[in-house]
Amino acid sequence: MSRYSAFSLLRGALTGHRHWQPAWRDPEPKSHYDIIIIGGGGHGLATAYYLAKVHGLKNIAVLEKGWIGGGNTGRNTTIVRSNYRLEPLHNLFEFGLKLWHGLSDELNYNVMFSPRGAMFLGHSDADMVKLAERGDAMRCDGIDADLLTRDQVAKLEPLLDMSRDARFPIQGGLIQRRGGTARHDAVAWGYARGADSLGVDIIQKCEVTGFVRDGDAVIGVETTRGRIGAGRVGICVAGHSGHVAGLAGLKLPVESQTLQAMVTEGVKPMINSVIMSQSLHCYISQSDKGGVVFGGDPDNWPSYAQRGHPMVMEGAVAQGLALVPALSRLRMVRTWSGVTDMSFDGAPIIGETPVRNLFLNGGWCYGGFKATPASGWTYAHTLATGKPHDLNAPFSLDRFERGATIDETGSGPMPNSR
Amino acid sequence: MINFSFDGKAYTAQKGDTLAAALLRNGIGLVGRSFKYHRPRGIMTAGVEEPNALVTIGEGGRAEPNTRATDVFVYEGLVAKSQNRWPNLNFDLGALFSLASPMLPAGFYYKTFFGSAKRWMLYEYFIRKAAGLGNAPTQADPDRFSHRAAFCDVLIVGAGPAGLQAALDAAEAGKRVILVEQDNILGASLIRDPQELDAAWIEATAAHIRAAGGRILTRTTASGYWEHDLVTLTQRLSEPGQVPTNGVAQRLWHVRAGQVVLASGSIERPMAFAHNDRPGVMLSQTLRSYVRRFGVIPGKRVVIATNNDDAYKSAEALKDAGAQIVAILDARPAPAGANSGHRVYNDAVPLSTKGRRHCLKSVSALVDGKTMNWDADLLAVSGGFTPVVHLHMQAGGTLDWNEDAQAFIPASSRQNVTTIGGAAEPQPIFKMAPVSKPKKSFIDFQNDVTLADVDLAWAEGYRSVEHLKRYTTLGMATDQGKLSNMAALGRLAEKQGVAIPEAGLTTFRPPYTPVTMGLIAGAGAKDAGAHVRRLALYDLHAAKNPIWQPLGYWFRPRAYPTNGESLAQAALREAKAVRNNVGMTDVSTLAKFEVSGPDAAAFLEIICATTVGKLAVGRGRYTFMLREDGFVFDDGTVWRLDENRYLLTSSTGGADRMATHISYVRQYLCPHLRVSAVNVQEHYAGIAIAGPTAKAVLATLIGEEPPRHMSTVPAVISGVPVIILAASYSGERAFEIYVTASDAATVWAACEAQVMTVGGALYGLEAMEFLRIEKGHLVVGGEVDGRMTPHDLALDKMLNKEGGYIGASGLVRPALSEAGRRQLVGLEAIEGDIPEGSMLIPSEGASPQGHVSAAAFRIIEGGSVALGQLVDGFSRHGEILIASSPTRGQKARVRVVAPHFYDSAGERYRD
Amino acid sequence: MMLIPCPHCGPRAQSEFIYERTVDSVVPLDAPSQEAMTKLFTRNNPRGVDDEIWRHTYGCRAWMILTRHRVTNEISGCRAIGPEALP
Repeated sequence: MSRYSAFSLLRGALTGHRHWQPAWRDPEPKSHYDIIIIGGGGHGLATAYYLAKVHGLKNIAVLEKGWIGGGNTGRNTTIVRSNYRLEPLHNLFEFGLKLWHGLSDELNYNVMFSPRGAMFLGHSDADMVKLAERGDAMRCDGIDADLLTRDQVAKLEPLLDMSRDARFPIQGGLIQRRGGTARHDAVAWGYARGADSLGVDIIQKCEVTGFVRDGDAVIGVETTRGRIGAGRVGICVAGHSGHVAGLAGLKLPVESQTLQAMVTEGVKPMINSVIMSQSLHCYISQSDKGGVVFGGDPDNWPSYAQRGHPMVMEGAVAQGLALVPALSRLRMVRTWSGVTDMSFDGAPIIGETPVRNLFLNGGWCYGGFKATPASGWTYAHTLATGKPHDLNAPFSLDRFERGATIDETGSGPMPNSR
Repeated sequence: MINFSFDGKAYTAQKGDTLAAALLRNGIGLVGRSFKYHRPRGIMTAGVEEPNALVTIGEGGRAEPNTRATDVFVYEGLVAKSQNRWPNLNFDLGALFSLASPMLPAGFYYKTFFGSAKRWMLYEYFIRKAAGLGNAPTQADPDRFSHRAAFCDVLIVGAGPAGLQAALDAAEAGKRVILVEQDNILGASLIRDPQELDAAWIEATAAHIRAAGGRILTRTTASGYWEHDLVTLTQRLSEPGQVPTNGVAQRLWHVRAGQVVLASGSIERPMAFAHNDRPGVMLSQTLRSYVRRFGVIPGKRVVIATNNDDAYKSAEALKDAGAQIVAILDARPAPAGANSGHRVYNDAVPLSTKGRRHCLKSVSALVDGKTMNWDADLLAVSGGFTPVVHLHMQAGGTLDWNEDAQAFIPASSRQNVTTIGGAAEPQPIFKMAPVSKPKKSFIDFQNDVTLADVDLAWAEGYRSVEHLKRYTTLGMATDQGKLSNMAALGRLAEKQGVAIPEAGLTTFRPPYTPVTMGLIAGAGAKDAGAHVRRLALYDLHAAKNPIWQPLGYWFRPRAYPTNGESLAQAALREAKAVRNNVGMTDVSTLAKFEVSGPDAAAFLEIICATTVGKLAVGRGRYTFMLREDGFVFDDGTVWRLDENRYLLTSSTGGADRMATHISYVRQYLCPHLRVSAVNVQEHYAGIAIAGPTAKAVLATLIGEEPPRHMSTVPAVISGVPVIILAASYSGERAFEIYVTASDAATVWAACEAQVMTVGGALYGLEAMEFLRIEKGHLVVGGEVDGRMTPHDLALDKMLNKEGGYIGASGLVRPALSEAGRRQLVGLEAIEGDIPEGSMLIPSEGASPQGHVSAAAFRIIEGGSVALGQLVDGFSRHGEILIASSPTRGQKARVRVVAPHFYDSAGERYRD
Repeated sequence: MMLIPCPHCGPRAQSEFIYERTVDSVVPLDAPSQEAMTKLFTRNNPRGVDDEIWRHTYGCRAWMILTRHRVTNEISGCRAIGPEALP
């Protein structure tokens, strides 16, 4: 792998940029791999990278049905944070956040991680207590969180509507200053380049169509590019977890729903942090290109459609404009959707399945992007050793039947939480 | 004559001018700066595909950044400003980026700026400042945006000749028709290429359509095609920056169409060659539009480069208008263009342009293998035509490849949509050879993406069309790739050595053109779409000027301060009144269900986890409900009003959820039961009267002996029938009075008069919170947080031993009875005040073992107490912990105790 | 936004309806514990047609079973449920 640096760019400038090599190879699949990861999104690629880097494994393939990073990795609102209330969640995401802070250097690929602060707004005394509770839970576990007064919020985000008679008046906030945003595509590409350079085969346009079984164990996969043998197989396909697990005869505690997001035309800097809300369901940040990125609730009904919905979009934009009225005359230039695998407690699933040698990483709901490094790290550990890492042990698949759910919102087993 | 200004200078326009036409009319060629390299840019098109001429229109909260000068009609007083330049448009220091461009190829930022995240943020600060285009307004938007729904049999998109004819045919066949046109006049290509009688035909056709009941919407864009033939239209009622006549700037239509006809035409393609982005390089059809529609000739010496016949019409138009056609460079071999009467060069493709002071000076071309030069101030290019298939694709359609036109055309669709006219049958063109010098050959003008960038992306392995797009940012600008996508696909196909259809296609995402955010939000921008729910007694409370507390979409009085009291002072006074005398409060928002029928008790024993059937008529009891997974999700009281009639109350916050749950269980799970479960939450207002003298107060009001604790009677207050429930949340003898909402004010007034007579007080939610915490009563959303089992909350002894209730099977899961669960505890401060929401830790630096769910002060005795959840809390009474809130810098030392601090024997309830 | 053929009201905009759950996730009241938990915590979740329970919350408030394709959103059936639909 040729290193990226300002010097390499200068060299390119002087030589017509002819020296650049492909960031990853385009290999033919081998007949057998020690570990196959199904799904070339950020999580799958990160898993492959850490399997090679941390565990020293070489004979690994990532199978991607389309193009790498083409699923939810490339369809999210790029927010990175670890400010969860429940311990298993904030511990996992915090481990990831620490990796984010060194990720560009680690991968020699600038993922543009920008810790500009991830802020939840509170709109009442009750909201502020809930925010303090979340912040206190984090702080007691060594994770940064600061309560902000109304004035501090107004100073950080001058365009917020701070009027006292607003429908959801802003009373303060909880900020995680080490949180922020990253360039989503770059995360997939950076991990892909890193994994490839360590010998991982990244095989695009290779859809898994079935599992090869020997008794109760999986010993390979059928793909659109033929049968490939495997020691262990890891599913890592986000919204399509249910579909792929179904090929192995598994039914998951997951319902696939569409989550849409949108971006405005680029404008000069106007939003400084990531703005979220304790009472409303929209999140707002501004990309380096100047587009204001917007997200809201998932569509709340099952869908694999990867298409947005005007009703949901109108609701999310109304909430955003109530917070930041100055967005009114910007124009939404693009909307897109991802298929998310909504789990039945809102928390991810990383671990073994009832089928021997088959592992699952999914159920990320609409919060998977920020977890990419932690997800890859812990899943790699699980795949390499056959046992969960301490951080993902609570996120086992059997927690639902055992009753050990990790329910951040306390809303129970319906993804549309009535 | 219309007056407008551009960058502070006054100009005049003709009636009907777009801003672009008016600028060209005034000799202004330089309008904007590109995104990345700040290259000088002019006007390239005459429509919504314009990538270059972006300006900010209007002022204050009405300013619209990034507005295409080609898509705004000049009005008196229009104010336009150029963007993305400093200090001014002519001399822009940002153009230094252009000098550094060899260092800044596609994706350069992925390869440098390493170091700590903080260091990247420093670079990023400058990158962000340089990025973006216009400035967002900082003031509130003074205008409104409206939404409207409509239905029609046929929706026709585009009012060119095909669209007009289709609309006419449908209207005359008796169909309900809506015809939309993004321009402010009808005709489309007929305006650009008018034949004799065309104007009259357009007028007559429109009149026929209207006479047949059809609706014609101009200045309206079909921006999104959604499920089941729903099309969203965005209609401009005023121009950008213009004061709307009735306050509404734009309207969003949701049109459900029986059938959709797309007559959306095509967009002309540029050609790729070096410096093809210079002001003075325009699309050929565009140029013809400016000449014919607006009477503007943006140059005197014109070179035309084409690969098709259409550009010859532009040559005619320019010649008729008095411009000199210096040369026509026709990519096709002879004899193409031979009889046109112009100086035509065959096998000719443009190579490069030169300029002077941001204007075009000369054009060079490769003609039959030799390089030739011409002086020219205008270069019209026509690289072919791209059908507008966006809506067809949004509807889930497929495309066919038309080799003659080198274009994708609509094929099948799974919705009821057809495409007609130029969008279905684009003009044939000549397939040109690959461009040999990709540098400075722009394909995405706004984002400064060149063919060289595409080549680089390919070389680096970004080979899927989506990777290419994302790596180079191609197609991600405000023109959404309308001009660039085909050029990129063509280059990609060349690299892959395949035909274009095999190279792949990016998704056509809504909207077709960018949509104003205020328009998407509509009226919801004011209240976040969350309409306030009003208490039946709202006016009575408001007259007392209480502190309000939001609770869901409700607002309830939190306290009624008098004489300058603070919230805490008022709440303490109110709570003391309840403890010592009597208080009254509004409890109308509680969820209420009337459950009746022979199977009512059986139904309630499915919903509630406690027994109900043994309740005697006139009696009530505390109850709670479980989710199917066994966790407590709500609590309340159930009352037997009659043999087969019950009233069930539950929490305010969970009311809607409970209503759905009850309906689901009744309608889906037990349709055979003879029961009716009616949501009466807002039918009844509720008033609670609590305190040692509450019984006497109520006796006076109803003129009879009030019911004993947990009993219910019907009664009459001030002539109004009411239901009295003797229930206590405060810990005192207390009554809830339920009354039809429309009569509630009368009853409230009578109660208030009596309460005041005995020296009592009104109390709000804050006092109620003090009272219930001291008493150890639970609140849904506090102690009942959706993660607690009945056992965790010490409610398990009340569970119906027979089972059969929802959640019973969830409860048997093993982890729900393992050690280490969080359990409800009381907390008593030894030192400091207990911060609500704080963490319970055994020692500094330890990980939390629980938290404080609600904290208050003991009302009479004083002292800080709280309820909380603690790991294995039932067995830890007496233990000393720290209640720590690092975010607030507060902590208290607390003793774990039983979760009630007041009258634990419940003696004060009883008479 | 889909157009849902309410069996009581006729075709109505999706914004009037709320999705509740899939038919395969319905836990019958008399289901044994193990079966109840399996129903509650697993879904077929097909990338194709499934039966779903919706409610015309902002209309007639009745419940119905919608047979719908999860990718194309094609609705191939919508039938009434509840006491009125009992045979």
